[in-house]
Amino acid sequence: MSQARTAPTKSALVYLLLLVGSAIFSIPFLWTLSTALKTHANVFSQPPQIWPHPIAWDNFSKAWTALPFTSFVLNTIMLAVVCTSAQVVTGSLVAYGFARFSFRGSKLLFGVLLSTMMLPGQVSMIPVFLIWRDLRAIDTYWPLIVPAFFGGGAFNIFLLRQFFVSIPRELDEAAMIDGAGYPQIWWRVLMPLSGPALATVAVFSFIGHWDDFMGPLIYLNSPEKYTVAVGLRMFQDSYGTDLEQVMAASVIHILPVVVLFFCAQRYFLRGINLTGMGGR
Amino acid sequence: MIASLYLSLTKYDLHAMEFVGFENYRRLMVDDPLFWKSLSNTLVYAIFSVPLGLIGSLAVAVLLNQRVRGQRVFRTLFYLPSIVPVVASALLWQWIFNADNGLLNMALSVIGVPPISWLQNEHWTMPAFVLMSLWGIGGGRMIIFLAGLQGIPETCYEAARIDGASTWRSFLKITLPLLSPVMFFNLILGVIGAFQVFTSAYVMTGGGPNNASLFYALYLFRNAFEYFKLGKASAMAWVLFTILVVLTAVQFASSRKWVYYEAQPA
Repeated sequence: MSQARTAPTKSALVYLLLLVGSAIFSIPFLWTLSTALKTHANVFSQPPQIWPHPIAWDNFSKAWTALPFTSFVLNTIMLAVVCTSAQVVTGSLVAYGFARFSFRGSKLLFGVLLSTMMLPGQVSMIPVFLIWRDLRAIDTYWPLIVPAFFGGGAFNIFLLRQFFVSIPRELDEAAMIDGAGYPQIWWRVLMPLSGPALATVAVFSFIGHWDDFMGPLIYLNSPEKYTVAVGLRMFQDSYGTDLEQVMAASVIHILPVVVLFFCAQRYFLRGINLTGMGGR
Repeated sequence: MIASLYLSLTKYDLHAMEFVGFENYRRLMVDDPLFWKSLSNTLVYAIFSVPLGLIGSLAVAVLLNQRVRGQRVFRTLFYLPSIVPVVASALLWQWIFNADNGLLNMALSVIGVPPISWLQNEHWTMPAFVLMSLWGIGGGRMIIFLAGLQGIPETCYEAARIDGASTWRSFLKITLPLLSPVMFFNLILGVIGAFQVFTSAYVMTGGGPNNASLFYALYLFRNAFEYFKLGKASAMAWVLFTILVVLTAVQFASSRKWVYYEAQPA
């Protein structure tokens, strides 16, 4: 059969493409890491050093202490943890509403919710800024935290709703016969069954807040309140010529996300596959 | 939204507000060359990065959908760049594009290309940004394509194989039509995303050289939070919103011609 004959060449080709592609995609990481471990003199050496020698671990401690990265990291973790928990809880509550109750206009409301995904943030940015200014909340964390308590964006709600819809309604009904109210059904029945979807939303949300640049840039003025993203930008401003330290600081910013991604990966890609395209 | 619409009709510098009607819009369109510059920069960026990104992420998805050993590792490696925080990836690419010792120029010198000042020469800045955007083709859009590919029943391909169709032909005649709704979804989000480029330009070039990387969102941000022309910035936000609504409507209208929807079981 021709099928059997062509299969080995085809899979060899696939392997080759996969290897070359992932090499190209990984090189920027490796290059950053390599630069972060070079001594200042070796960064611009000709010919370029591929493998850093001697390895300058102290780039990390230098970068860490040049600016108060300890407080940047603590600030960001605080923000990301608070916002992520708020988004998972309130987002799933809204999703529960959309998944289980149909009321007059519920379809329309869901459509409006989805269309906000297409709304550029710039349109609401300025009025929202003015509201926070009138509340005298500039240079506080409130403008960054409070929005997370309102469901945390259409994408999360959509993802969770799709997942909830796939959970059989009979479970709700059984719980109701046992005397559970709607809050209990949400918290005791649907939430425990939605591990992968919740994990996906939580990881997305955590990464989103860890990464957020424009929010802190607009609302925070005092450097001691900065997050890692804004702090890294400040680092580039002040120490831009010390490239090895800039790269070390970037690694500090990247590493937690990558570690989190690897830990949650099992749920992550599967969660999206299961839920993201459900009704499409 | 309505507050922003009203603001766009005023002159407001955080202290005094004065109603000026459509003056902000007139000034943008007539007196402000940077408005047009930022708009055309963003359009050029979208015209290149959106189609290349779509084709790229579809190609990666097809590749990652093949059944080979270690596919999970490959999926992770391709996905990883898209979770790198934007500021960090901007710094990383700034270093890769470095004219003297950047990785890209080093790689190009191997095949005899003289060094290019990617971020200092205004003609090369936009290609640099497009190139950088392609690093993320293994991200969210690819996952959506992958999910779409996995939703195509194997029986379709078997039927085609029995009819003697080549792999390429069944890709054209089965995969692409069945994937067109997903393609459409990615296209719309891709266009909107292209209009939102801000952080990378803010960090890497600050809009330069000679405003070659002054993206629309960056110019809007500057008007609002650096020049404190909040009325003008709100007008820009509304122009942006109108452009996106029109573009999305055009895409929806054209979709009747090329998007194939399976008969949904009611």
